[in-house]
Amino acid sequence: MLVLGGSAGSFKHIFDAVRIFPGTLNKAVLIIIHRKKNFFSEIENLFAENSRMFLREVSDKDAINKNTIYIAPANYHTLIESKHSFGLDVSEAVWYSKPSIDVSFECAAEVFKDKCTAVLFSGANQDGARGLLSLRNNGALTIAQDPEEAEMPEMPQAAIRMNAAEYILKTEEILALFNT
Amino acid sequence: MHAQSDINIQQITELIGLIKKLYGFDFANYSKASLRRRIIRIMQLQKLPFYDLKHQLVNSREFFQTFLEEITVNVTEMFRDPSFYQALNNQIIPYLSSYQHSKIWCAGCSSGEEAYSLAILLNEAGLRKKSFIYGTDINTEVLNEARKGIYSLRKIKSYAENYQMAGLSGSIIDHFTILYDAASIHNELKQNTLFSVHNLVSDSVFNEFQLICCRNVFIYFENALQEHVLELFYNSLAPLGFLCLGTKETIRSESFRKKFKTINQKENIYQKIGS
Repeated sequence: MLVLGGSAGSFKHIFDAVRIFPGTLNKAVLIIIHRKKNFFSEIENLFAENSRMFLREVSDKDAINKNTIYIAPANYHTLIESKHSFGLDVSEAVWYSKPSIDVSFECAAEVFKDKCTAVLFSGANQDGARGLLSLRNNGALTIAQDPEEAEMPEMPQAAIRMNAAEYILKTEEILALFNT
Repeated sequence: MHAQSDINIQQITELIGLIKKLYGFDFANYSKASLRRRIIRIMQLQKLPFYDLKHQLVNSREFFQTFLEEITVNVTEMFRDPSFYQALNNQIIPYLSSYQHSKIWCAGCSSGEEAYSLAILLNEAGLRKKSFIYGTDINTEVLNEARKGIYSLRKIKSYAENYQMAGLSGSIIDHFTILYDAASIHNELKQNTLFSVHNLVSDSVFNEFQLICCRNVFIYFENALQEHVLELFYNSLAPLGFLCLGTKETIRSESFRKKFKTINQKENIYQKIGS
């Protein structure tokens, strides 16, 4: 499984990733981007039109399939029930965020352990850093976007401070990983 | 601290068994990822390692009450998903208006925000005197809050946007009496509501309803339990009664798909057919 998290300033990098993924990536991809509730966002449509993979917003107990991109819906936390299915939760916001990147990352760490790669992109708060650390502690490959490049460096910076990121890379280098 | 507050699936199973034996609540078919997060949260809040948590559960009924309050998610909003309330207004209210009287069940009502959202909607449609709302939950403490119908003014103000987007006239504040930083729902809106304990897992049919709202409850239930609750709802609905699930929830069971007609796919509004 591949999990990507980001907040302010992450959209264009994640969009680039979505565009570059081959249709045969052979992984399930979960994307958690902070967003506001109640505003129907064009993210799904924009991503779907520009991706070679299947794409859907996560619904209750959705199966986790390879070669599919899943988007965490607004106003829910996206959990991972097992290697085969997602879960949702409307509990308290984490770092003022719902979806929270920490929550999904921690679930991914628990379920997928070292069978997981995670990238934390630009953002203006610390959500995702602790989750990235759990992933790293469980053997996952963890990457933080280079804060030098990030529009909002706080999020990857927080992860780096906690020693949660095995690699610190620029988007171009991250994309090169997915393209091989 | 964080490592200490971790819990594995065997320990979760052990706790579920213990709670069922001691208190009769059955969490066996609850979604495990969410349950695990809730238990870890309690361990962190109460600063209890697993062994002490078990000890408390075995020895203190009072602690179990707190545990029950924390283990279920009681985060709710008024007019959550405004487009759902619009759909309700446009597609369901006209049906309800044609009845002499309609009974509505708000299942898993928590502190009452959803039940009162429905009460406001019905009032605006002129159906207040022709309808009655039953709110149920497994949690007695949140039901007490629901009965009071008093919320913090700050919270109510945070629902102003939802209210407006639901297409209702005026402002959400119009339905409350404000005293300092507290907002109490108008008495006339409270009159036709009743809040009481009901466990979807173990309790049975208690009335016949024209509309059942059970939103963001199924996400905490595994498929087998969802099917069990669907059976309960089906048997509790009047012929051609409506069932509303959360925006991200659906009827997964093939057999129940045949027993319900989809009224609004996006908002997950269904109508009982057959029998």
